[in-house]
Amino acid sequence: MRRVYVLWPVLAAGLLVGAVRPSAAQTVDVEGLRREIEQLRKELETVQQQYGERLAALEARLGAAQGAPAAAPAPQAPQTAEVPPGAPGGGAPAGQLPAYGVATAGSKIFNPDIGIIGNFLGSSGRDRGGSGTVAPTPFMTLQESEASFQAIVDPYARADFFLAIGEEGIEVEEGFATFPALPGGLLVKAGKMRANFGRLNAFHNHTLPWIDRPLVMYNLLGGSVEDPDTGIKDAGVSVSRLIPAGSVFLEATGELYRGDSGTLFKSSRRRDVAALGRVRGYVDLTDQTNVEAGASYTRGHNDLGSDFVTELYGADLTLRWRPLGRAIYRSLAARTELVWSRREEVSAFERAFGLYGSLDYQFARRWFAGGRYDQAERGANASIRDRGFSTVVTYWPSEFSQLRSQYRRTRYGDGDRVANELLFQLLFTIGTHGAHPF
Amino acid sequence: MRMTRSIITAAAVALLAAGETQAQNRLNVVASTEDLASIAREVGGDRVNVTALARGYQDPHFVEPKPSFILTVNRADLYVAVGRELEIGWLPPLITSSRNARVQPGAAGYLDASLNVRILEIPTGQITRAMGDVHPLGNPHYWLEPGNGRLIAQAIRNKLGELSPANRSYFGQRYDDFNARLAAAEKRWDAAMAPHTGAKVVTYHRSWPNFMERFRLEVIGYVEPKPGIPPSPSHTLELIEEMKRQGVKFIVVEPYFSLRTPQAIASQIAGGRVLVLAPSVGGAKEVTDYIQLFDYNVNLLAGALKPVTGK
Repeated sequence: MRRVYVLWPVLAAGLLVGAVRPSAAQTVDVEGLRREIEQLRKELETVQQQYGERLAALEARLGAAQGAPAAAPAPQAPQTAEVPPGAPGGGAPAGQLPAYGVATAGSKIFNPDIGIIGNFLGSSGRDRGGSGTVAPTPFMTLQESEASFQAIVDPYARADFFLAIGEEGIEVEEGFATFPALPGGLLVKAGKMRANFGRLNAFHNHTLPWIDRPLVMYNLLGGSVEDPDTGIKDAGVSVSRLIPAGSVFLEATGELYRGDSGTLFKSSRRRDVAALGRVRGYVDLTDQTNVEAGASYTRGHNDLGSDFVTELYGADLTLRWRPLGRAIYRSLAARTELVWSRREEVSAFERAFGLYGSLDYQFARRWFAGGRYDQAERGANASIRDRGFSTVVTYWPSEFSQLRSQYRRTRYGDGDRVANELLFQLLFTIGTHGAHPF
Repeated sequence: MRMTRSIITAAAVALLAAGETQAQNRLNVVASTEDLASIAREVGGDRVNVTALARGYQDPHFVEPKPSFILTVNRADLYVAVGRELEIGWLPPLITSSRNARVQPGAAGYLDASLNVRILEIPTGQITRAMGDVHPLGNPHYWLEPGNGRLIAQAIRNKLGELSPANRSYFGQRYDDFNARLAAAEKRWDAAMAPHTGAKVVTYHRSWPNFMERFRLEVIGYVEPKPGIPPSPSHTLELIEEMKRQGVKFIVVEPYFSLRTPQAIASQIAGGRVLVLAPSVGGAKEVTDYIQLFDYNVNLLAGALKPVTGK
């Protein structure tokens, strides 16, 4: 009780301090007002002058148009755009380019930003039939092109849709609304999403530093041979918040999903939901070097039924280097992610572990090279351990296309089969090219 | 014991109250680039805290949306963006994940500095990416013209006055002072550049149209075959021929581009020279504010052109 008494005067004083300050500032400052009026007058004069000039220019133009002899309407020439001076060269078109949809451009103003990323894949070498979790890559395929539709919904929300267009059908890869203006520093997303488990799961295929995903994602995060874009993705709600920690970025995320994701989670009743928690921290070591670490946990019900739970624990670490003054020529990223799986089965728990570690280096404006080691036990049968090693070379003709080649050697744990493959990829973007993920 | 607890609580409340009043007095301004930050500092004086995200020696098209920037934007009362899609590759995710309703696009605390300035190279008709990475809303390097700097300062003055009405006349005075210093500096720059009117140069990227137009220099070509496309051998050869034909000696380069191709071109031309100008505040060590940005570039250019134009 006494504490309350002590508090009241302090609170009152605090309020007073808050109240007094602005009123002090509002004291009539004649000199200030006079200056302000003077300034307003000056601005008005400028505006008047500008309008006068514009009016004169318009009248002159009108006069010229009226004075010109009335000509027969010219035949409608196709609208064209001039290649900017200095732009031609290097095999580029010169002069006029055809223009599309100019007349109707005004009506598109509220359309979402639309982009499509084509993902053309090729492979050669011996794939040894893949495994129960990794599908063999066809000789050539247009695998999962991604169509994106993004726009601001209203002052409170924005929406992002990503459709995965395979050769045979369309699937909603992600489709969610984000609420960036909520009180309490919360960021809420609702819809179908790639879950925030670890680093890589939230990445789309075309933003990976490799052609494929590492074995640990196929074996432990619910890969199936039908799904090349493997990972945890489900319908649900995500809530995340910043945790104050000075200059360290600390973010906590909680997510709730229906509980259906690939071969990982299966919901047979409405309350068989999947839950996820993640904490990630990030710190700038210098202007050019930074490190990010995260810990993740998720649980859901597996394909054996409502009484059987699968839990995943994850840890990830990313180190990045990019010299700011040469940011477009040099960069380096080292990543590693570890995943432990605990799958409840009829008589016991199946405990499996997997990891990958990778290093990617940009050695010229358009060139990247990298390597990756991966190993993973299979979630449903931990006695089988697959291992792999890859080297990757990437070339960027421009920001909007990318050529990549990857040598991949995989030793499948069942039957000790070794697959040696050479993969090729062409990525090409049309339409809006959104921001790259960090 | 009870006493100690009440003292601690009282101290905490007092600290909180102090923090509040301080936050009320000083607006947190975050700008995309150091140029906008410098102008915001000129206008805001000691009533604002100003932070820039991109460094002046960094290519502003390719800034990484680092989580530490999310923290910075999270605390902003006002965000000043360059606009014209310069930041399209990195700003949207920062703003979305900033959890800051004050600076969402359309909110009172989001200022697109390009809205009332003079923009050059707005494409007419439809454009395609066969032209390279062109900016459909016009050239976003508009701050490299003092007249536009003045307009940016006006927009910031109006916005700051809107967000902090009690300080409106203070911001007005600061603006007037900046305006006067800028006008005096402009006379100086015009005098230094006047003898070189019409001199021809080549630039690496299309960062300089506003600057070159203001100081009446002519850009006859670019090291990049198209915006955002690295130099190609055939284009480089064409450019060397063109420079020889028109007697052009200078290649203006931004500090974040490799000097290899520009130097190779300069070595093919008698008297050829590469000039690394500062495209932004912070683009060179000496360039610490908006007026020095032009001081630096004008000095460098006028000094280099002197023996050529003979004036």
